[in-house]
Formats: sequence, C-alpha cells, structure tokens
Amino acid sequence: MALLQIAEPGQSSAPHQHRLAVGIDLGTTNSLVATVRSGVAAVLPDEQGRALLPSIVRYLPEARVEVGYAAQARQAEDPKNSIASVKRFMGRGLKDVAHAEHMAYDFADAPGMVQLRTVAGVKSPVEVSAEILKVLRQRAELSLGGDLAGAVITVPAYFDDAQRQATKDAAQIAGLNVLRLLNEPTAAAIAYGLENAAEGVYAVFDLGGGTFDISVLRLSQGVFEVVATSGDSLLGGDDFDQRVFCWVVEEARLPPLNARDMRLLLVKSREAKEYLTTHAEARITARLSGGEVVDVALGAEKFCEITQTLVHKTLGPMRKALRDAGLGAADVKGVVMVGGATRMPQIQRAVGEFFRRDPLNNLDPDKVVALGAAMQANVLAGNKPSGEDWLLLDVIPLSLGIETMGGLAERIIPRNSTIPVARAQEFTTFKDGQTGMSFHVVQGERELVADCRSLARFELKGIPPMAAGAARIRVTFQVDADGLLSVAAKEATTGVEASVVVKPSYGLADVDIERMLRDSYEHAKDDMHARALNEARVEAERLLEAVRSALAADAALLAESEREMIERQVAALAAVASGSDHRAIRQASEALNRATEEFAGRRMDAGVKRALAGRKIANLDL
Amino acid sequence: MKNHFELFGLTPAFALEAESLERSYRGIQARIHPDRYAHAGDAERRASMQWTTRVNEAYRTLKSPVQRAKYLLEMNGVDVGFETNTQMPTDFLLRQLELRETLAGAKQPAALDELLAEVRREQRLLEQGIAQLIDGSKDYAAAAGEVRKLMFLDKLAAEIDQAYEGIE
Repeated sequence: MALLQIAEPGQSSAPHQHRLAVGIDLGTTNSLVATVRSGVAAVLPDEQGRALLPSIVRYLPEARVEVGYAAQARQAEDPKNSIASVKRFMGRGLKDVAHAEHMAYDFADAPGMVQLRTVAGVKSPVEVSAEILKVLRQRAELSLGGDLAGAVITVPAYFDDAQRQATKDAAQIAGLNVLRLLNEPTAAAIAYGLENAAEGVYAVFDLGGGTFDISVLRLSQGVFEVVATSGDSLLGGDDFDQRVFCWVVEEARLPPLNARDMRLLLVKSREAKEYLTTHAEARITARLSGGEVVDVALGAEKFCEITQTLVHKTLGPMRKALRDAGLGAADVKGVVMVGGATRMPQIQRAVGEFFRRDPLNNLDPDKVVALGAAMQANVLAGNKPSGEDWLLLDVIPLSLGIETMGGLAERIIPRNSTIPVARAQEFTTFKDGQTGMSFHVVQGERELVADCRSLARFELKGIPPMAAGAARIRVTFQVDADGLLSVAAKEATTGVEASVVVKPSYGLADVDIERMLRDSYEHAKDDMHARALNEARVEAERLLEAVRSALAADAALLAESEREMIERQVAALAAVASGSDHRAIRQASEALNRATEEFAGRRMDAGVKRALAGRKIANLDL
Repeated sequence: MKNHFELFGLTPAFALEAESLERSYRGIQARIHPDRYAHAGDAERRASMQWTTRVNEAYRTLKSPVQRAKYLLEMNGVDVGFETNTQMPTDFLLRQLELRETLAGAKQPAALDELLAEVRREQRLLEQGIAQLIDGSKDYAAAAGEVRKLMFLDKLAAEIDQAYEGIE
C-alpha cells in the first residue's frame, strides 16, 4: 500500500536552505572545527591539510598575532608572548592556577580573572581564546564558502558557570553565533552513539590537556540522557607533562630555570610522555640557554610511578558519577575514551580495572568531540528533518547555592539536575524602607562558602519600600540549556520587578566585552558598521524565516486580529531588513519578538498537547 | 495544565508507572526542548526554555517518591511539615539511631554499601505503605507521617553518600 506523506500539524514541511553550522572543540592543547556535509561529519583541515590547530597564541609587535603551529614553533623563544593552554585560565583567578610559579608568563596582578601581560598589552584569557576561535571561524568560512549561521562550542562538562560564560564571551568576540555550549563528553557520546547505534548505559571518560570529565549517559531510541557527570577541571595531560618536567629538573639537578628553558623542557617533557605511549623508554635531551646539556632517560615504569597520584585522582570522580547515577560499574555497557591523554597506558589500565572491561578506543580521541559537536550543530541549525534528529538531555555539573549567615552555602539547584532548570527562593528585608539587597551566588558541593567557587554577587535594586520583613522578594535562579545562570527578582506582594546588577567574581563585565569587541574590530581593520549591519541582517532573516514557518504551521492558534498584528510586524521588519540602518533592523526585530511572545507560548502548549495525543494514538497499537 | 500529572497525561496517584511517565516526558521534550528552537527567534527560544524548565521540574517532582507524595498531599491540602512537625514514633527514632550508629562505624565502602541497601529496603516498604494510604484509603494525615519518615531516610542516604567521599 502506498503511504501518503502528511506533514504533522505544528511542523512545517517547507524545505529550507541548508544553514552553515560548525562544531568547535576549543581544547586546552589543540582545537578543531568540524561540520556535517552531505550527511557526514568531517573535521575541516587548514590549507596544509592539518586537522588540529595547536591552542597557542603568540602576540607580536604592531598588533600582529600568530595562532597554531607558527606560535607553537616559537614558544620557547618567546615564552611570555606565546600563550599555551589558555583554557586553564578561563574564568579563573590567579590563586586558582596550579603551578603558576612554573609558568613562563607575566601575570598581571588584578582581582577577578587571570590577566597576562604581553607585548600587545594586557590580555584576558577570553581574548586569547577568541583569537583561536577567529582562526577556526575563518577556516570554516573559507572552506564552506559562506558566513556561518552558528556554531556549537564544546566545554568540559565539569566547567563551572564562570568558565562557561568566559567561553561564550570569547565566541562573541570572535564573531560567532553560539547555537549552544555543549559538554565535551556529551558531544563524544553523540558521535559514538550514532556511529554504533548504541543503546544502554555508557560512560565517557574524557581526559584532555587540562580537564577531566566523566559522564554517565543513558542512550535509548534517539535520546541521549546524561544521568550524572563529575570530574576535575584542573586535571589533564598538562599535569603529566609537569610531573615529567619536575622529575627532569630533579634528575638532572638543574638550578632554577629562566622562562625560555622552562618552556623548552616542558615541550621536551610532553614529547617524552607521548613517546612512552608506545615505547619502554624515552630520552630527554636539551641544550639550555647557559650551554649546559640535559640528557636523561625516563622509563615507562618510572613514568607510571611519578604520575600515579594523578591517575588516582580520576577514581574519585568515577565513583561519584556512578553513585549519583545510582548505578554500579557492572551496569555500564561500555566506556568511551576521549581526549589525547587517554592514550597513556596507565590511564587505559586504570579505567579498565575500575569498570572491569576494556575501554572503547575505536574513535579518534582527538577528533570525536569536534565531530559530535558538528552533528549537534547540524541539528540545532535545523538542517535535519524531524524524525531523523535526536534529543539531548544534559545536566548541570555542580550545585548552585547562595551564601547564608555564618558563611554557609545553601543549595538551591542540586548538581546533576536536568537543564534548563529554575528554582525560586523567597527573601525578605530586615530594615524598614529597605530598597536594595545583595546576595552571593556560589557553585560547588561543600558546606562552607569559602570552599565553593564564588560566581557572582547580585544586587537587587528598586524593591518597593515597606516595613522590615513585609517585603517578599522572590528570586529566581534560572540555568539555561548552555548551563549558564541568570537571576531575576520580583517583589511578590506588589509584583514590582527588582533590577538585578551582576558583579561576576571571575567573569567580564559587559563593558569589558564591548571594549574587546571594539579592539578586535580595529585590529582586524574591519568596518565596525558593516559588521553590525551584517549581523543585524542575518539575525533579521533568521527571525523572519522562523516566524513565517511558525505562522504557516500554527496560524490556527491565533485570532484573526492577532495574526494580522504579527504579519504587520513581519512586513515592517522585511521592509527595513534590506536597508542599511542596523539600529532600525534591530528595533524592528525586537518589535517582532515582542509581538510573537504570546504566540510562542501557545505553540509550546500545543506541542505538549500534541505529544500526549500522539502517545494516546500510539497506545492503541498495543 | 492544572498540575504535574495532567501535564504528562497521568491520573494523580502515588503508584505510578515510571515507564509511562518517562515516555510522556520524552515525547514532550522532543517537541519543546530549546534544541528544537536554537535557530528560532528570541521569543520562541525564551518560551521554549520556560516551558522546558517547567516540564523538567514536573518530571523531577513526579519521579522522586518523596517529592511525588509531598506534591499529592499538597494537592489535597495537606502540608507534610517536615521542618515544623518533628514528632516521630519512638520505635522509628530508635531505628534511626541504630542506623546512624552503623553509619558512624562504617569505615569501608562495603559497610556503606550494606547500610545503603538496608536504607533502600526500608524506603521501599514505606513507599508501599504510602501508596496504600494515598491511593487506597485516602488517609492523607497518616500518609504525611509516613512521608516524614521517608524524608528522614532520604537525609540519611545523602549522609551515606557524603561518607563515601570521606572514605575515598
């Protein structure tokens, strides 16, 4: 019997143009960009055919910047201006940075996020990361032949809010439209799961250059559900290099080293670590700037011994993730290995012993995250027809809380809650006529605020004056699908919205980002107006397409007058979109967004009802 | 959508088919999740986030026996009053003391495993009783007492969890 194809109500059947979307793995050691072309995910190489971009940025005089292999080649010569492993500084203060004394950088002493003094001025890790992202964006646009509609950028699952926000800010400065921040192990699970049609409980063990994640996922019929995640955002392959470096210094009885020698030996240490993956012994030879020659041999057994404590550090998070998931090691069907550092035999052994099964190594641990991100970007851009796509349910890795009396942290949103998630809490004033209030948001599992990560201080202003204890201020903590927190406050008895001023502890204020954006335009000698116009147009086109397809699918949810009102705003935006006034385009876009708010809510409501109706029909078959 | 149960097309009851809840949850998420609207306009992205947040909250509430019971009792005008009502039967309190002593003495993961299994077993028993009181005899006041016991055990389970980390 011939089957008729019937477009489901609520879903547009009109084909649309393929949108260019990429997945970016912004790694500690290497970064990659990938995309889905003709249904296949592939990493986009540079002009010389190299897939990886070393995550190293070198600042030169006259605002010149080198990124990748060129910077890597010169890092020992110019250590202070060659920033490697910048990911470890994202959203972090100087006191959080391990081995800062062993680093060849010139740290600027400032509160908040770490800053680095370079020949091009003081740089924030966000700006350094933006340089890497810009190179990847250009690579993708050149290779795909057009502007990108959007990008999925991966972050370690265990990244806290400040680290995530810093990553998103870097993308903004690089001129990328972020479709989603995606957790690295989740990206790997997508790539692995789709390739192998995997079903059941899987663990992803992701040891990168600077971070460690362990995620437990349930894969079933097109749903990727993260059950629990844990990790250590300060543990990675870099730490193994550091151990080898310290061993070399001790073994060769070296005096305190200058920045250049330090970087040179660190590079040699990394090479030795990689060599030991397939060899029993590695020789480390180097000529230092004073002329002395270092020549030592490191055996595989010794290497295991000096890195044993690091390997041991992965066990706690593995246990915790399983406990949070309410599962035992035997329930896990497979352990997917991700990240270059998982090539080390001692890591393979430790994971194998813990889960009592051989880890899965059939995907390239350097590329799998970027490939998974590209697949997700393809779905988020709307390039996959419904039915061929999948659903991803991810979680927040660390509990969110606020500081209460006595420096205690009160948990508001527990770790491993499925995102997006919101929780509201009521507060009251303690003084007559009090119109402001401030609170401190922290992230972590410990009871004392001092042991948690400070995220931000929020100040509420505009609380209507009342007697002490009479005001009821309802503060809502919302974590979105990127895992980012926002706070809103409302006085419950009067309904007055309080304004919320955010002071991030390790993040950038909006004015900083604006300045960096301006700098980045000037540096690229871009015409700022042309860029703003282009962005406003792309945004307007996207919005017009979305509203038109929503109207085509669900106009029935609107009264005649409501539909006419939306159509008027559509026409108004379409009329200015081709003009050259980016402010007018933005205003018309905002007007259309406001005009469709109610419609959007009704569409969600209808979506829920259709899902239930669909289920009832499906049940008839049973 | 008046309540969480209705949201998922379920009849309000403590006894609940986990599979049915999960199927509804996934069916709804497939249509309203922010990933479906990543390329849409601000209004739809916001609406999608708000609705998904609500669906996640409803799912979390119904999935957890304690939260589900509390929610059902609230629907029927009964506040469990865990903070205010601290009166518990003596035999229950004695049993709690006993369990806590075991916890304090547990120095090996295996001992904690055993204790946790014991706590889980007692929780299952309480849940069966609560199902009978809420769904069967509709004795909500009595159910509230049993829910308080369940909450005690939940707290104990959380402390056992902490203890694992202490040992490691």
